[in-house]
Amino acid sequence: MDQAIETRGLTKSFGRTVALDGLDLVVERGQVHGFLGPNGAGKSTTIRLLLGLLRADGGKATVLGADPWRDAVTLHRRLAYVPGDVALWPTLSGGEAIDLLCALRGSVDRARRDELVDRFALDPTKRCSSYSKGNRQKVAIVAGLAADVELFLLDEPTSGLDPLMEAVFRDVVREITAAGGTVLLSSHILAEAEALCDAVSIIRAGRIVETGSLAALRHLTRTTLHVTTRVPLDRPEAWPGVFGAEVSDRTARLEVGADDLGGVIERIAAHGVVTLTSAPPTLEELFLRHYGDALARLDGEREPAVTR
Amino acid sequence: MTATWRLVRLALRRDRIVLVVWVVAIAGLAWGTVQSYVSLTQTEADRIAAAALVASNPLSRVFDGPASGPSVGAMSMNDGYKILGILTALMAAQAVVRHSRRDEETGRAELVGSAVVGRRAPLAAAVVVALTACVAVGVGVALAVGATGVGWTGAWAGGMAVAGAGWVFAGIAAVASQVFGTSRGANGAAAGALGAAFVLRAIGDLTGHVAPGGLSVVSAWPSWLSPLGWGQQVRPYFLDRWWIAGLFAGTTLLLVLVAAALRGRRDLGTGMVGAPHGPARAPAGLLSTTGMTWRLQRGVLLVWVAAMATMGAAFGSVGRTFADYVAGNDAMRAMLETIAPGAAPLDLYQAFLMAFLGVAGTGYTVQALLRMRAEEQEGRLEPVLATAVGRACWLTSHVLVVGAGTALVLGSSGLVGGLAYGALTDDWSGASGILGAAAVQVPAALALAGLVVAVFGLLPRWTSPVAWFALAAALVMGQLGEILELPQWLLDVSPFTHVPAVPAEPFAAAPLLWLGAAALALGALGFAAFRRRDLAIPG
Repeated sequence: MDQAIETRGLTKSFGRTVALDGLDLVVERGQVHGFLGPNGAGKSTTIRLLLGLLRADGGKATVLGADPWRDAVTLHRRLAYVPGDVALWPTLSGGEAIDLLCALRGSVDRARRDELVDRFALDPTKRCSSYSKGNRQKVAIVAGLAADVELFLLDEPTSGLDPLMEAVFRDVVREITAAGGTVLLSSHILAEAEALCDAVSIIRAGRIVETGSLAALRHLTRTTLHVTTRVPLDRPEAWPGVFGAEVSDRTARLEVGADDLGGVIERIAAHGVVTLTSAPPTLEELFLRHYGDALARLDGEREPAVTR
Repeated sequence: MTATWRLVRLALRRDRIVLVVWVVAIAGLAWGTVQSYVSLTQTEADRIAAAALVASNPLSRVFDGPASGPSVGAMSMNDGYKILGILTALMAAQAVVRHSRRDEETGRAELVGSAVVGRRAPLAAAVVVALTACVAVGVGVALAVGATGVGWTGAWAGGMAVAGAGWVFAGIAAVASQVFGTSRGANGAAAGALGAAFVLRAIGDLTGHVAPGGLSVVSAWPSWLSPLGWGQQVRPYFLDRWWIAGLFAGTTLLLVLVAAALRGRRDLGTGMVGAPHGPARAPAGLLSTTGMTWRLQRGVLLVWVAAMATMGAAFGSVGRTFADYVAGNDAMRAMLETIAPGAAPLDLYQAFLMAFLGVAGTGYTVQALLRMRAEEQEGRLEPVLATAVGRACWLTSHVLVVGAGTALVLGSSGLVGGLAYGALTDDWSGASGILGAAAVQVPAALALAGLVVAVFGLLPRWTSPVAWFALAAALVMGQLGEILELPQWLLDVSPFTHVPAVPAEPFAAAPLLWLGAAALALGALGFAAFRRRDLAIPG
């Protein structure tokens, strides 16, 4: 069995609000799988269904070969969860909260726990009530990532962390996958996903609208070329595979589809290349392709307010 | 102080239900206290006997206050003040903390503070809201007491005494909110001050002397160090000391000025004393579901055991005195004999006492079980259930701790009550009667616990209102059911109606077994429902 997570047609509603509308998510073992979408798209609901904290209305979910609702307890021994906004017991110290959560899961590597407390620069003697948001998050991260388990469910784990700690977090996730662990990383920080993920799934309104390895997804999108030539390019927007072009004298910026990249480069070469830089498609472009209309609608709504 | 008025309106909007409930509940208690004196002391001889008992009995002086003559108004305001004053002080202190320190803790104050709002405006608004609520309570108490027909001057003096205690504790909470960095710390300090005020007043009234005539007490000086003592020294329907209003107002003003000065010297979100540090590693005892539950539940259990043992000691030790008093008071005797006709006064007293303490102690059961709902609602249960802790296991640990805690809370009131009575009278068979009367309350308390667990599983949002309403209904039915002439089928809904009135009645096992069965059935229903439902997660 090489799938850590597999869901088929998962649905979940809260009253009249449809949170998940037939979600199909597959996470291969050994992957860091990015789970991308804006707030309210259904990321946290999905993860809570995978944890058996919520019960699906329809569809089927399998986590590490088990049913997350029926086999919750045995399954939880084999996975760790880091929520995005964790509430802790105000009277316990951070160290006590970490030890408690680790002990309740069962598998605890004390050396790893101490190492992570150190690397995340957490003071474990402070009471949870006096931690800032970022420090509360560190408690959840250490309690989750110190576990010796097969699967890590991380729900916007770095919210509230500063850039230094974010870098530490990325290192730790890489160590986990190097040791053979599987990670489902829900995020709306695209740079984080781009840096860590082997594959991504984009969720919108409770459905997966795009999924695949990052390399394969990039192939579907456009590369941006910035060129300076000896002879100005002549109407490049008419060339096959070019989706947009801005020409100003001898410099030009072209957006090129992946399949026609070779042909376009040959045509440019004929004009005598002075400089050429190519920017790979970013996850942001990929993401905006699926959310572009939502963005346009937001812009449209904003307009009257501006003109008023 | 810019924008204070706007923040006052915001606070009143946030508190529109809770403050109204406080005002209505406190006024209702005042009314009920006067009514019970009206119905229990119908003749002049009854009133004189009651006043003489309260004046001469050391424990009445400790718990009730200084006796102030034989009028119904004076006796009921003296008896009722401990509850009315303490509740009003708690209401005021909590309101101030809620709108000052609590807002800083949650970060709301930061958002508000970045707007066009003066640095001291949130504190000023919190104090204004609390003081206004106290005035509303005072007016409510005065109207409720006056409406019973015992006279209006004393009613207004009584209202002033209640509101004044609230004012001073609003001021104390304002200072505590500056000194402590957490709302828990600030509320704790205010509650500690309230406890100290009670103790000072109790010492002052205990060490005072009985005035000539034997119907009133002149308190010693420690009473005058306590805001609760000042409230008692207003002596409504006896001396009506209006000048004490100035003492309340001046002290409150002083405390608020101190709080404002402290606020000007500190940063937003910080306190004057830091939160203490804890261990870097958890002790082994914490590292299990039961260990975690015990850690979360032990504080409330210890407070309740101490409080109920104290109550048991107080009421147990006056058993003989009270029995003698009942023997000479026909109205009181008739009222108690509705429990068990023809029983001995001491047995009646013990059964009546434990029927009250049984329901009161169930307050522990409700409060402790609601901790489960708080854990769920505030998001602390989610990470726990994401570990290898099953829902049934988590629920079982809480139910077992609370079930054993309930037996301990009720048992300690009976045991300490019996020991106190036995030590004073050497009547050890009477002493065991109190313990038995306490023990038979446990199945009824557990039946109510079963209801709370069932609602927690089936209708989690309703857990808290249903639990408190059920407890309040049981209390009203037990204490006032006969006076209000409620129909028997309605009284039968309360589990406490079915408890045999041991030792006035012979022990009967059947109703207790039925109560235990009801507790198990309701609890099982709650377990089954909790295992099937979605977890409630904030945000």
